[in-house]
Amino acid sequence: MELCDLTLHEIKELFAEKEVLPSMVLASVAKRIQAQEESLGAYLALDLEAAFAAARAADHRIQAGKPLGEMDGIPFALKDNLCQTGKETTCASRILQGFVPPYTATAVQKLLDQGALIIGRTNMDEFAMGASTEHSAEKKTKNPWDPQRVPGGSSGGSAAAVAAGETIVALGSDTDGSIRQPAAFCGVTGLKPTYGLVSRYGLVSFASSFDQIGPIAKDAEDCALVLKAIAGFDPLDSTSLRGEQQVDYTKGLEQSLHGRTIGLPREYFGEDLDAEVRRIIMGAVEQLAELGARIVELSLKLSEYALPASYLISSAEASSSLARYDGIRYGRAAADRGDLATFYTQTRTEGFGPEVKRRIILGAYALSAGHYEKYYQKAQQIRTLIGQEFEEAFRCVDAIVTPTAPTPPFKLGDRLADPLALYLSNLYTVPVNLAGLPALSVPCGFVQGAPVGMQIIGGPFAEATILNIAHQYQKVTTYHQARPCGGRKGGSR
Amino acid sequence: MNFEAVIGLEVHAELSTKTKIFCACSTKFGAEANTQTCPVCLGLPGTLPVLNEKVVEYCLRAGLALNCQITDWSKLDRKNYFYPDLPKAYQISQSDLPLCRDGSLSLASGKPIRITRIHIEEDAGKLIHSTEGEGYSLVDYNRAGVPLIEIVTAPDLATPEEAVEFLEKLRRILIYLGISDCKMEEGSLRCDANISLKPAGTKQLGTKTELKNINSFKALGRALAYEIERQSELLAEEKTVKQETRKWEEAKQRTLSMRSKEEAQDYRYFPDPDLVPIELDPDYVAEIAAALPELPEEKKHRFIEDYHLPEYDAELITGSKYLADFFEAVLKHYCNPKAASNFIMGELLRLMGEEGLDPEDLKVNPAHLGDLLQRIDEGEISITQGKKIFERVFRTGASPEEIIQAEGLRQISDQTQLLIVVNKVIQDYPQSVRDYLGGKEKAAGFLIGQIMRETKGQANPQVIKGLLIEELEKMRQE
Repeated sequence: MELCDLTLHEIKELFAEKEVLPSMVLASVAKRIQAQEESLGAYLALDLEAAFAAARAADHRIQAGKPLGEMDGIPFALKDNLCQTGKETTCASRILQGFVPPYTATAVQKLLDQGALIIGRTNMDEFAMGASTEHSAEKKTKNPWDPQRVPGGSSGGSAAAVAAGETIVALGSDTDGSIRQPAAFCGVTGLKPTYGLVSRYGLVSFASSFDQIGPIAKDAEDCALVLKAIAGFDPLDSTSLRGEQQVDYTKGLEQSLHGRTIGLPREYFGEDLDAEVRRIIMGAVEQLAELGARIVELSLKLSEYALPASYLISSAEASSSLARYDGIRYGRAAADRGDLATFYTQTRTEGFGPEVKRRIILGAYALSAGHYEKYYQKAQQIRTLIGQEFEEAFRCVDAIVTPTAPTPPFKLGDRLADPLALYLSNLYTVPVNLAGLPALSVPCGFVQGAPVGMQIIGGPFAEATILNIAHQYQKVTTYHQARPCGGRKGGSR
Repeated sequence: MNFEAVIGLEVHAELSTKTKIFCACSTKFGAEANTQTCPVCLGLPGTLPVLNEKVVEYCLRAGLALNCQITDWSKLDRKNYFYPDLPKAYQISQSDLPLCRDGSLSLASGKPIRITRIHIEEDAGKLIHSTEGEGYSLVDYNRAGVPLIEIVTAPDLATPEEAVEFLEKLRRILIYLGISDCKMEEGSLRCDANISLKPAGTKQLGTKTELKNINSFKALGRALAYEIERQSELLAEEKTVKQETRKWEEAKQRTLSMRSKEEAQDYRYFPDPDLVPIELDPDYVAEIAAALPELPEEKKHRFIEDYHLPEYDAELITGSKYLADFFEAVLKHYCNPKAASNFIMGELLRLMGEEGLDPEDLKVNPAHLGDLLQRIDEGEISITQGKKIFERVFRTGASPEEIIQAEGLRQISDQTQLLIVVNKVIQDYPQSVRDYLGGKEKAAGFLIGQIMRETKGQANPQVIKGLLIEELEKMRQE
């Protein structure tokens, strides 16, 4: 076991005992990157030199017993849609090539303020549109457990980097499952917070009413630590919510599951679900029952409409949010300067990939005169109803457990030609985004050596509840401790 | 056939908030290009708008002053279109739920003009096209994100004159409310007009055209008059009026087709997911209503009541808030309202007309004018001198005292001092004295003129006249 395979909380303990210093952790991470990155392809850009300089400063603070904050000396990877001053931010799109923001995302700034070391920017589906990271304009990222398979997406680079020990923790963003699904595919733990809990300022928009930044880490405790570090009201984001005071999400982790009620929605265990995945999830549910949770069956009938509704709304928002990329002020411009319309057309034709174009066209159509009521508005009505259905469900249960994705990680290239098949990978994650709820994915087993994730959904701002359930589960299982690179294989204790 | 015009206006006013609608950049006009910008108003990726609450307050002031209903739950929407002056490729505006709706403003005739809606939105940047053959354009984003209100009237205006009167009245109210400086030449007040014709006495509306690029009150009147003539000719020949947008060409004094209805864009409005709905607390609205300043009509009536100004004076002076404020400030230092009003309407407005100066740019300190009028009343200076001094006060902003000192313009009323001059002139012009004593009263005027000359015009004419007659009568008795 190398330092880069440790969790954030384990490293913090070693720092506290001064047994290990940030430079040593970073050196271990860098060594792993050197050994594997070329074949894994998790990063779009690495900035190890700056990270080492920052690590040396952190060493002194750790040695002096005066850390800058909770994240002092911890290596972080950022999904390439999170802005950081002076760092090229491309969202894995050709159209943003060369764009260097003069500002830092609030969530990233919070990490920096607490001493985090940002080591690089991770690969993703272009503008976060996709579920396999294959829609990156730059490169393909492989699943660290099986190079034939996808890492999931859109935060595939972040999830792969964490799983492979190429970082300790990472930030991702989740619009329709983009943190949870790659976390499941890569065998790591990923949390999408309640909409509005983490500021979106500096996160390049895909669909503003869904987008949410969250941690991808090796276990629930790490997610709790990172969430605590990045959550909170931000005056720069109108949709960020004014919480009472800062919540310590690590506090409730040790609570027993006795007295907790967990719901299993029938519709999430239907014929779309792979039989092996079902078997594994049901095994995990049994474990939760053994831990004292009461398991009840429930119904979320409207969930079957979630996928189309989400695609309509998120594409509509994206068609507008991505309209600013015209090559005039920043990013990549077409060489052909013709007249204005030609220039716009050329720039956007060359700059966007096929999935982004598909969604822009779909979204613009859904908003256009004569279609708005039929598509956009109808989808919004469904969204409201799905929210209400979840609200009702949470009157009876503390959390809802489902598979994170209907299948294990699929093969690279398998679903590229079939957008619909790719969308289906978000079947179980997307209703959560429509309702704005918090949810996380924890590793709970393997199918033919590839990881499977269990999704735990909470009511609004019930992050502490789902983190508690995940942590209790991880205390009696070892799937989250399994490492793809020469590490342990996980199992049930 | 006789036609009646049916006219509606869409007025855009830039709000005079210190900062832009969604960021903290300054809104000041005339700064160097692109110096008043930030990542938010440049629409850089990942940045988010945050609504400036002053913009809501200013819009509510307009809505309440124009008798509107206030929408207690409204929202901001994206209006999508591509243009280089629009950094996000959408304008944040309000579509179906404007902050204010169903108001009205009456013309002097008493005819009410309905106001359909008032909403808030952001302005776009400004394109500067190359004049050489190069074929490039520059963009200045200083104006991008400056807050606007758009005021839309019902098609209740029947003539170009009514339209101009409405716009003037509206402008006056917005200035009184302190929410916009409404300078058409700087673009802080803009007006588009919709106009159609229908046969006199009928109800069926005709096809309308929308007129753009109207840059002055005069242009509004002329563009509408031109369009009435153009449409009448078409209809008289039984041709159809095309529904289209037309541009007013100031140089050629005509309207020209810009784009037809078929070319009209689909703006794909939808609620901006980066912003939250605007929910208004009735108490907040009531507070704004209670704090509304006095409006032109009220002020005019108060001036008639309190200062006993004739209606003509009151109308003229309250025509500009700055002028009305100036008048009242003068009265703090001088207590004859009618004399102050006369002087303002005579001297001040004359000088402003000569200089082409707007009331808001006046250099004169109202205390100075009050002081000057006081000195005239007390006889320290003559009215003629007063006017001369005022001209200098007007141009330099200096105080009357400074000018009187510098130019030695103080009126001499001191009897002993003046008596010496009177006697000198009597001695110098014996013929005129004889004429006077011989019954030619007019000769006194000549002598007074000579005394004024001796004193370089500083003598108080009333005093010297008294002294001269007294001296001459003494001589007669001798």
